Amino acid sequence: MADYLPHTAEEIDEMLSFVGLDSIDELFAHIPAAVQVAGGLAIPQGMAEPDVSAWLEELAAANRDLVCFAGAGAYDHEVPAVVRALAMRSEFVTAYTPYQPEVAQGVLQAIFEYQTVVSRICGMPVANASLYDGASSLVEAVNLTVASSGSSKVLVSRGVHPHWRAVLRTFAVGTGHEIIEVDLHDGQSQWPTDLSGVGTIVVAYPNVLGCLEEIAALRPMANAVGAKLVVAIDPVLAGSVATAGSLGADVVIAEGQPFGTALSFGGPYLGIFATTHEEIRRLPGRLVGQTLDTEGRTAYVTTLRTREQDIRREKATSNVCTNQTLMAVAAAVQLGWLGTQGLAAIARNSIRAGRYAREQLLAISGIESATGSTPSLREFAINLPMDASTVIERVADDGYLAGISLGALTDGESGVIAGDPFKSLLIATTERRTRSQIDGLVASIAKAVA
Amino acid sequence: MARVAGGRAQSAPLLGRASEPTIFEISESGRSCFQLRSQDLPEWELDELIPAEHRGEAVPLAEVSERDLVAHFTRLSHRQFAVDLGAYPLGSCTMKYNPKLCDSVAAMPRFAGIHPSTPASLSQGWLEVMVTLEEWLCEVTGMAAATLQPAAGAAGELTGLLLMRAYHEARGDQRRRIIIPDSAHGTNPASVSLSGYEVTTVPSDERGCVDMEALRAVLDTDVAGIMLTNPNTLGLFEEDIVDIAAAVHEVGGLLYYDGANLNAILGVVRPGDMGFDVVHMNLHKTFATPHGGGGPGAGPVAVSSRLTEFLPGPRPVRRDGGVAWEGSPSSIGRVHGWHGNALVLLRALTYMAVHGGDGLRRVAERAVLNASWIRQRLSGTFALASDRPCMHEVVFSAAALRREHGVKALDLAKRVLEEGFHAPTMYFPLIVEEALMIEPTETESLATLEALADALERIAKEAAIDPSQSAAAPRTTPVTRVDEAMAARKLIATFDALD
Repeated sequence: MADYLPHTAEEIDEMLSFVGLDSIDELFAHIPAAVQVAGGLAIPQGMAEPDVSAWLEELAAANRDLVCFAGAGAYDHEVPAVVRALAMRSEFVTAYTPYQPEVAQGVLQAIFEYQTVVSRICGMPVANASLYDGASSLVEAVNLTVASSGSSKVLVSRGVHPHWRAVLRTFAVGTGHEIIEVDLHDGQSQWPTDLSGVGTIVVAYPNVLGCLEEIAALRPMANAVGAKLVVAIDPVLAGSVATAGSLGADVVIAEGQPFGTALSFGGPYLGIFATTHEEIRRLPGRLVGQTLDTEGRTAYVTTLRTREQDIRREKATSNVCTNQTLMAVAAAVQLGWLGTQGLAAIARNSIRAGRYAREQLLAISGIESATGSTPSLREFAINLPMDASTVIERVADDGYLAGISLGALTDGESGVIAGDPFKSLLIATTERRTRSQIDGLVASIAKAVA
Repeated sequence: MARVAGGRAQSAPLLGRASEPTIFEISESGRSCFQLRSQDLPEWELDELIPAEHRGEAVPLAEVSERDLVAHFTRLSHRQFAVDLGAYPLGSCTMKYNPKLCDSVAAMPRFAGIHPSTPASLSQGWLEVMVTLEEWLCEVTGMAAATLQPAAGAAGELTGLLLMRAYHEARGDQRRRIIIPDSAHGTNPASVSLSGYEVTTVPSDERGCVDMEALRAVLDTDVAGIMLTNPNTLGLFEEDIVDIAAAVHEVGGLLYYDGANLNAILGVVRPGDMGFDVVHMNLHKTFATPHGGGGPGAGPVAVSSRLTEFLPGPRPVRRDGGVAWEGSPSSIGRVHGWHGNALVLLRALTYMAVHGGDGLRRVAERAVLNASWIRQRLSGTFALASDRPCMHEVVFSAAALRREHGVKALDLAKRVLEEGFHAPTMYFPLIVEEALMIEPTETESLATLEALADALERIAKEAAIDPSQSAAAPRTTPVTRVDEAMAARKLIATFDALD
């Protein structure tokens, strides 16, 4: 039976004899016999690698290979060979948290570079070394702003990703935060006029329907009641639209998957998190700082560690230990590959495709905008004359993933769009979508709803 | 002929000892290397596409050639220790070899390229992966059902605590406290705080295990449960576990199993059979999914049947010859943006399929054999934290060297780096003075263990004769000892902060 264990039979005997035992089972003699596994685990017999590979190829074939028009934080952007090759280098892949900085300068410097590009994209002075995904960034952002504002009352726009809000609600049971969700009308949050007692306002820019909200006005509203402003962004659009920092955000969060991580059925992704100097002692997760070694050379190390769980235990700012470093390294490489012009180009090309697709689809009889005339960029919602999930199933036969049923995404929640969310389709585009693909999608949807 | 260690990295190539410039310094304005697909779409510019009041200024990023990009990150990788280079006996982290097959499976386009919103009917391969993994993890842990959503161990802990809370609340039972041994990982108390419970710490006894008397003294109907790592962070199996379970259950509390050390007991003993109600696993430890420089991990949580209805949803469930997503009305809700760290889950499934049930038991056997060998071999060099038999890891105390020669565990760890190994975990668990925690894992050979033990013996002897050697270490690494105090005092967390 082949496996990854190095021991020869002779070595096992030698080692057992060295530790004074006669058999392997004696290693476990101090475990009460009554609770030991009798007869082995009911997991199939081990298989050789080629057999496992063949089995998994077969399972993979049961996933349909479709041209992707789905988004909601997970986008089909180009991940070039160079990014895949560098991010898969085994020194990055098989290291752990840089606890010994002298032998972890590679990961530490890559994270330092990641923190720099993330801080520029968010327009904020400080970014952490990553969190699990956009949803975890939202949870941690709210924990930070609740502590900072001293109020547990949190206003969250329904334009924030519905799954992220669901995760926020789950964890609020433990923290006791009061989460108040704010409806959208034509893709714009309808903030209450009375914000008294509110400590945190969370808005997405653009929001889950792809609409740009008027968030510049939120800053003075927040200031009037001493509330903190958390802004969730689509990081690909940063710079093409104003950065969240320039609009006055206290915390900027994002799903970082578009930078160098494949769609991956939803994970592992990358939680982007950036904030102000003022909040740095409340920062969740790891932070890398530049310093010197004893010979005066530039070196990097995890810093402000007294915020973290392994030191502060129950008083830590967060329980995060393992984060998503490898995805952060991939993002650093991807943004190196894109450069200033590349980031602007993928934003432009993604929006071009979105505009073209939206115009073509709205020309189909029976299909309407779900967000009125509010401008959208690379993602938009349309109302169909029938169930969106039925349309998705039909269009898949032509080779396209048409988008996401808004009803499925929001679990049928009201207050996101005016009509029936199950008849609304959320469509996203990237720089990888071509005219012929979009024309094909449009023809297929037209046929499906006819 | 003497054995030669395959797990020693002293020959790792380093051409020089200069710093690597940042990518921002290599950058030259106007250079670029990105290449995008031709779309054949109307060539609207950003100013036509975005309303003027929302337009921003381009974000400055490094501008490099592809060649320089590759050189920069390849050189960074040369400044990084990793399992693929050599032994990484970092206690509590289970830094075992990560099979390459798992990476190639995770790169299969019909796994990696699938959007997470893809309806179940169009992603049956993924759902089958998830439901099979859930079944196997339940078999390994002796549990009834699981959620694969938590993205890491700490996320699993918080999820598990919220499940315990939901269970008690559904019974109209308000409880306030969670018991944690003083040897626990820091994530345990941090997670308890976030779950809205208060931490009650119980001390360890002279064996290094939970002090039964102290435990009984704090148990009452205000206790929601206890979080235990078994084997614990001293590498010891909690031999009183059956009594502990009975005592906690007697007051209506639940038992939470922190799966950080699950590697030691695969196929030997199952948390469910010991009496645990909730288990989180660290797939990046036990099931060999690579640690990625600090993540991604995956922290699925398995529960006994009485907690199943509270699991996060939707969950993949076998229905009519296929697999469907299903939610439960009493679910605590989502704990991840999508379905969890899917590609990590796929790697774990691959690893389990290669090993099978019998192979997983062999993993635990060899992990414990390797640690026991190290324990025996070094017991004359460092003081053992416990005289009990160890499981997959062993904790020593270097307090004598500190007391007699002023050499700290930190110094010894830095000196180990010069020998071509990653250092053991130091200063953990907190209850052991000058702790050095060694977890060799099952994938290191006897020759590598011998070389590691030889190095530690040599370092300890040397420290007693010439403490300056350890104090000056490491000297052969890309940088020498790093000024951590300066990093915190004068924070430079981005390249822009240098201005």
